[in-house]
Amino acid sequence: MRKFTTAAAAFAGLALTAALPATSARAADITGAGATFPFPIYAKWAEAYKAASGIGLNYQSIGSGGGIRQIRAKTVDFGASDAPVKGEELTRDGMIQFPMVMGGVVPALNVQGVGQRGLKLTGPLLAEIFLGDVKKWNDPKIVALNPGVTLPDATINVVYRSDGSGTTFVWTEYLSLVSDAWKSKIGTNTSVQWPVGVGGRGNEGVSGTVRQIANSIGYVEYAYAKQNNLSYALVQNAAGQFPVPDDKSFQAAANGANWESQPGFGISLNNQRSPEAWPIVSATFILMYAKPADPARSQAALKFFDWAFANGDKLALDLEYVPLPDPVKAKVRASWKGMTDAAGKPIF
Amino acid sequence: MVAVSEQTYKTARTDTRRAKPFRFDPLFAAATRAAAITVLVLLFGIMASMIYGGWPAFRAFGLGFLTGTQWDTMNDVYGGLPAIVGTLSTALIAMVIGVPLSIGTAIYLTQLAPAWFKRPVGTAVELLAAVPSIIYGMWGLFVFVPLFAAWFQVPVSSVVEGMPIVGTIFYARSPSGLGILSAGIILAFMIVPFIASLTRDMLDQIPTVLRESAYGIGCTTWEVVRHVLLPQAGVSIIGAIMLGLGRALGETMAVTFVIGNANRLSASVMDPGSTIASRIASEFNEALGMQMNALIGLGCVLFFVTFVVLVIARILVSRVRQY
Repeated sequence: MRKFTTAAAAFAGLALTAALPATSARAADITGAGATFPFPIYAKWAEAYKAASGIGLNYQSIGSGGGIRQIRAKTVDFGASDAPVKGEELTRDGMIQFPMVMGGVVPALNVQGVGQRGLKLTGPLLAEIFLGDVKKWNDPKIVALNPGVTLPDATINVVYRSDGSGTTFVWTEYLSLVSDAWKSKIGTNTSVQWPVGVGGRGNEGVSGTVRQIANSIGYVEYAYAKQNNLSYALVQNAAGQFPVPDDKSFQAAANGANWESQPGFGISLNNQRSPEAWPIVSATFILMYAKPADPARSQAALKFFDWAFANGDKLALDLEYVPLPDPVKAKVRASWKGMTDAAGKPIF
Repeated sequence: MVAVSEQTYKTARTDTRRAKPFRFDPLFAAATRAAAITVLVLLFGIMASMIYGGWPAFRAFGLGFLTGTQWDTMNDVYGGLPAIVGTLSTALIAMVIGVPLSIGTAIYLTQLAPAWFKRPVGTAVELLAAVPSIIYGMWGLFVFVPLFAAWFQVPVSSVVEGMPIVGTIFYARSPSGLGILSAGIILAFMIVPFIASLTRDMLDQIPTVLRESAYGIGCTTWEVVRHVLLPQAGVSIIGAIMLGLGRALGETMAVTFVIGNANRLSASVMDPGSTIASRIASEFNEALGMQMNALIGLGCVLFFVTFVVLVIARILVSRVRQY
């Protein structure tokens, strides 16, 4: 019996010593949850920031919806969402919102005889394809845009995201901007009622399906298309040009936009007028409380974001994310002054 | 009989009085009772929390939650019919293909296969049961679906186009290879190992003397299987089939890969659709508010559907017993 007690005490002591460093480490870590799209870059930034400052980030990529839920439940220091939260909801919850990094969406293709960037499409045509009105690859409208390209007499297989996602939000918002039929019949959301096509789960589900199914078209994050070497179509922008999707054309969209026109920077970067702008671009957003219960923790999170703005551009570009242009970063930093502690003093 | 048991009882009593060993039995009984009660509590706990979580959806849409075909996250209107139909039709297809395949395998392995062939095939069947469902899903998407589209959907669609009934059921509007039928076929592959290995074990347990007597009076192999083996193992085989059906109804990952995840109701088995489980897997991450309630409500419906199917199975089993 005595032996057992000693063993138990020793075991408890072990558990205690093991637990102590763990809890103290967690106290210093910043916690966040939400969007899956920016997860790779947040993880990369967190790694570099930990090396620089000793403070880690515990980010759970549970999806934008989950991120909004978690920050509303106040279980994390910040939430992350691909689709901006509406101004009235921000006011109601007492939250501020700001963009962190950008990405573009491209129409991924698998069409016989069509190579990388080998096909040109317009926004209204994309809407007609995704509405099921244009059914064949050799439809006269597609052929007219692509002289010299041999298109097969095959049914177009449309592929979309079956899970709710910020990518779908950006895509459907773009289609609503360029097509009244899309706007009235389908609309904009993180998941919509697709009239035709099949669904794949996540960027990998869509790209896998596009790759497996002949004569298909889907939409994926540009970073994903580039890393997986998917072929994609060029899309005509609002200025009538066919820019190549890359960091320059995404930043051109951000530069031309009027960021202050919506509360929480919740504007759309789709279909910008600039001739260099890729037409389907979006930012991903951070959500925090304007009057946080624990100002010290929010301050630590803001310091991390500030560090990422100052030092993170190279890392972002390496992973095919697009940093915000400097004037936009300055506006975001200015917005942080709106976050105060209980005494009304700005925490950043 | 009575005398013997009294004798045993007396011996037992004297033994106890003499040795007074540690009484393990009450402890054992309590432990097993606790295990059984835990299962019951878990079941009711899950059921109650799902009804609680889905209640706002049930209240808002009423019967429309079961009969509605709209799944509109924008206007928060949720009807589960396409998913319910998808669940039942994929499971039905899986049964129609899978059950004859598994029972055939089991009969061949136990009655007809040469000894050197029995073991490798038997092991292969058991290995199939151990393959994780995501592997079936990926194999389905990467290997099966393109072949199925090129060699089955396209030719069949072009043959049946315009025909009455058949033309509706087997016509693919977009021959992508993904759809209800593909999901049903993959499900069939997944349930075959379960039903086949269980059935094989049942058939193996039938005393050899029964089989040999039947052969002795001049029965053919077919007659032995039909009139001796199957009636003997019948109830257990139905049990095995029900296990497979349970898996087919609830399978998530593999189905999500190959069913096409469309929230639409279609009369054609070639068209994409969704099941309750695949819908939940697809949308749960990003669901908020009423959509979350609707998904939990769908889970509740799946619970109920499975329950009803099992009850029907019980009734069938008792019918079989009577004959």
